[in-house]
Amino acid sequence: MNKVIFFAHLRDVVGEEFLSLEAAGKTVAVLKAELAAKYDLPRMDTVMTAINEEFASNDEVIREGDEVAFIPPVSGG
Amino acid sequence: MKLYEISKEPIDIQAVIDKVIQREAGAITTFIGTVREFTKGKKTLFLIYEAYEAMAVKKLEQIGREIEERWEGCKVAITHRVGRLDITDVAVVIAVSTPHRADAYEANRYAIERIKEIVPIWKKEHWEDGEEWMGNQLETVAYPSGKPEAGDLDE
Repeated sequence: MNKVIFFAHLRDVVGEEFLSLEAAGKTVAVLKAELAAKYDLPRMDTVMTAINEEFASNDEVIREGDEVAFIPPVSGG
Repeated sequence: MKLYEISKEPIDIQAVIDKVIQREAGAITTFIGTVREFTKGKKTLFLIYEAYEAMAVKKLEQIGREIEERWEGCKVAITHRVGRLDITDVAVVIAVSTPHRADAYEANRYAIERIKEIVPIWKKEHWEDGEEWMGNQLETVAYPSGKPEAGDLDE
């Protein structure tokens, strides 16, 4: 299983802080596309991804147990 | 003592400064980011800041390491607030000490610009006529590879 976490506007759209789903073996890009389609997520080309709290490329493969987080453009400071 | 923190409580500015005191320093610069009432004529009522806390602390630590590599003898401490903030509240405090003053200014500026690029913290603006998570609606930032590129620092 994988914990997939959403923040900011993505959390508002999905309606959950996180989902538990099977993403092992998929690339970040594939998971992103699947969730974008399922939840009609906007502007996913601007959204970064973190695996286990570190930025990951779209071609990185998710492993069993990885925590995935979608990171919209940040606005701290 | 934690040099890099996400805080749900108001930030004690002096406590952040105290963390970078060192005998080798000839300067300490402090950046205090505050909540502005008007942005391009639009009145903000209050802000909500949210963080991916564990990763945000790691990214603040990374910024600290980057600074220590670039500016010799540097010591850095950063605290960022989360939760509801009203106008004039302090959102972030960055303290940097260095042997010489020019480096303290430069390194501090670097820290805030990097925070705006890589630290997973978001603010939601609340106006009289609505609310919006910032950072996404202008669509000026795109990450073709899915993550920030090394060294992009052009804000």
